[in-house]
Amino acid sequence: MGNFLTGSGWGIAALQSLLYIALAPLLVGWLRKVKARLQNRRGPSLLQPYRDLYKLLAKEARVAHTTSPLFRAAPYIVFTATWMAAATVPLLVVDLPTAAIADIIVLVGLLALARVFLALAGMDVGTAFGGMGASREMLIGALAEPAMLMAVFTLAMTAHSTNLSSVIDHHLSDGFVLRPSYLFALGGLVLVAIAETGRIPVDNPTTHLELTMVHEAMLLEYSGRHLALMEWAAQLKLLLYGTLIVNVFFPWGIGQGLSPAALGLGLAAVVGKLAVLAAALAVGETVLAKMRLFRAPAFLNLALLLSLLGLLSHVILEVGA
Amino acid sequence: MSRFDWLSEFLARLEDEHLLVHSGHARLLAPAHRLVLDAEDWGNAAKVAASLGMRHAGVWADCGADYRPAGSDEDGQPVGRRHQNEPAGSRPPDSIAVYACLEKEGDYVVLEARVPLDRPKLPSQTPRFPGLDRLERHCHDLTGVVFTGHPDTRRWTRHQAWPADVFPLRADFPAAGHVTCQIPADADYPFTTIHGSGVYEIPVGPVHAGIIEPGHFRFHAMGEDVLRLEERLGYVHKGIEKIAVGRDPTGLARLAGRVSGDSTVAHAWAACQAMEHAAGCAVPPRALWLRAIMAERERIANHLGDLGAICNDVAFTFALMQCGRLRERWQRRSRELFGHRLMMDAVIPGGVTCDLAPAAPRTLGDDQAALRKAVLPLFDIIDDHPSLDDRLLTTGRLSATDARSLGCTGYVGKASGLPFDVRRDCPYPPYDTLEVRPSTERDGDVAARVRVRMTEVLGSLDLLDVLLATLPEGAVTAPVPTAAPGAVGLGLVDGWRGEILTFVRFGTDGRIARFFPRDPSWFTWPALERLILGNIVPDFPVCNKSVNGSYSGQDL
Repeated sequence: MGNFLTGSGWGIAALQSLLYIALAPLLVGWLRKVKARLQNRRGPSLLQPYRDLYKLLAKEARVAHTTSPLFRAAPYIVFTATWMAAATVPLLVVDLPTAAIADIIVLVGLLALARVFLALAGMDVGTAFGGMGASREMLIGALAEPAMLMAVFTLAMTAHSTNLSSVIDHHLSDGFVLRPSYLFALGGLVLVAIAETGRIPVDNPTTHLELTMVHEAMLLEYSGRHLALMEWAAQLKLLLYGTLIVNVFFPWGIGQGLSPAALGLGLAAVVGKLAVLAAALAVGETVLAKMRLFRAPAFLNLALLLSLLGLLSHVILEVGA
Repeated sequence: MSRFDWLSEFLARLEDEHLLVHSGHARLLAPAHRLVLDAEDWGNAAKVAASLGMRHAGVWADCGADYRPAGSDEDGQPVGRRHQNEPAGSRPPDSIAVYACLEKEGDYVVLEARVPLDRPKLPSQTPRFPGLDRLERHCHDLTGVVFTGHPDTRRWTRHQAWPADVFPLRADFPAAGHVTCQIPADADYPFTTIHGSGVYEIPVGPVHAGIIEPGHFRFHAMGEDVLRLEERLGYVHKGIEKIAVGRDPTGLARLAGRVSGDSTVAHAWAACQAMEHAAGCAVPPRALWLRAIMAERERIANHLGDLGAICNDVAFTFALMQCGRLRERWQRRSRELFGHRLMMDAVIPGGVTCDLAPAAPRTLGDDQAALRKAVLPLFDIIDDHPSLDDRLLTTGRLSATDARSLGCTGYVGKASGLPFDVRRDCPYPPYDTLEVRPSTERDGDVAARVRVRMTEVLGSLDLLDVLLATLPEGAVTAPVPTAAPGAVGLGLVDGWRGEILTFVRFGTDGRIARFFPRDPSWFTWPALERLILGNIVPDFPVCNKSVNGSYSGQDL
């Protein structure tokens, strides 16, 4: 916690938070590009998500007559909560002040806050699709959160801390140790991430079929800047989960000081790792079709089971070893 | 050509039921056999037909016909020819003719009855043939024929564009329609409702998110389970039957090509076939071969598009992109050789508009070989992908019983075990010289419909090879003689969706007096309502896409 309360520490933390919102559309652009290539298409430019956001921000926001003020407020709350959650995950360097004041349970809580407001906004319009989307989102959320917490606890028990920075520090200082508990937790977290970010095979982010939507169904009535914020929040969430996976389980390269060299190396490392992760996700999304909705609980139960096995294997194999 | 093994039995059964058949005629509505009945026997005739296991191929009415009382044409002469000395339209028509077409083992009969214009009532056949429900309601909305005993008296094609007591197909209704400033939305249609705790309604459409035609779907669901689906169509009613009146044969072929854009070749062929039957026109063999080549090309293009779209509905985008690429190339070749991506307006009465250049068969042959090479591995992936199997197997199952009772043809019927294919069971030239491979499946689920489509693509490629190899030389058009007033004709063509039935009656000067194209979608839309039961709401899009009824072809 050496950088706690120092000015430069806060400066870097602010920079890192801004980097999150700046990089989130790029990750989606890259993911779409790889998917297009895998389908023998050229695909849109990497910058297309930025252009889409710009277009939406410039457009007039139309709001249905049937909505309450909650509908207008929800995009800001969802975006801010997701952004704050993202700020707690080390992107370039560890030991930032933001990481010290918010641990992984806060992160799960902030994401839950965003989800609640997203679902409320979906129901607020009063259309059948919004309600359907909200109910499906809650079904997935209710099953994903315990699995995520369980995976997180596995990490926390190894590092004896629920602070992400400490977990990463612990992992780095341990050197390369192949821990069965980490493998299980990684599996669980990947499945949770796929479900939580609405990717195939749980949800299809590019569908136009209202009846099959989960996440998109709640956004159907949004337009203009509201829609831009919601989309941006979804992109942030994808980056957040991606960073969580690559930096916690493969932390090598992350900066451990505030020197420009460490920051540069940290940025290059995380971009490279995320590019590989997104490419792997794109391959998965290309070879898989979407599951039936009622298979999603089984999918998340598997995530819970993996996380639980991680916890058990930690207790049985690693404690005291 | 026709065997009609069962016709004598049918007639005997009608006689047992004391139903009087006034006259029969084998050639007037060839290939169908025409039987004239009394209006009051209409319902019982359906009972007999149903007991014989016949399939109903549609019902329609003709208001403008200048008819004499039933039973006066026992000698079987076409009505029109005997009336040539009497100018048609000299007295207002006082009756409505109602037709019903039934099929068994590839042979067709057309039942005909007449009802007086001032009291147009006859018993409904819907209780025996549930697939007729909407056809009879459509018939009522447009002609005013009242089908007594019909289980559902709500309007169908009529929304709010014309009042309930006005019937557009009557002679006194102007072809241009009545000028109205703004047609009110059809907001008060009484949907069937289900009450119960936890049951909720999901209204979907008529405007959808994708670029598809308009139609409204009303779901009753409990949780995610569909308890009931009710369709409301008619949003693209274009008045095709009315604006056909007064057209010349070429104009009708153009119109028929627009009944449903994706079946433009098949619909135009069916309309031309009906007119050629009525006018007694012999189409040159080369033109028939070219029509078949275009029809098979249309089938392949549409199946490829749908296969991709079905996979895309379960988020398997890879197949959509591959099928889309192949389809696009295929359609560009159609544009190059037949003048239009969809080959619209290529089929005209008496022949086709475009002839193939001497080098074209070679190009097409290369295309076919390339497509076969490309689709075989692609179909292997679609057929044997665990993730797709998980979504498509057992989804949207249509039982053979339901398919038979509704009269489904095409891939919907074939996937549920009904092998009927007009090209094989009632072959019209050039299919009478070809062997059409069956593509029947038994499961009736989405996966079965996908497999039928894949088999049909490969079967059509084989047919195309044979058609190109045996393409006759000669002219591609023949002059169409002016049809006698009152001449009628039936067109029966297997479109890519299934059997297309077209009825045409000529008026004076060789102009059309009645045109009724019956798209196979009339029977597959109700099938969708049945096959969705027991499925979950998010599986509806893929079920719908696997059936892919035509909105336009049904709304007319």
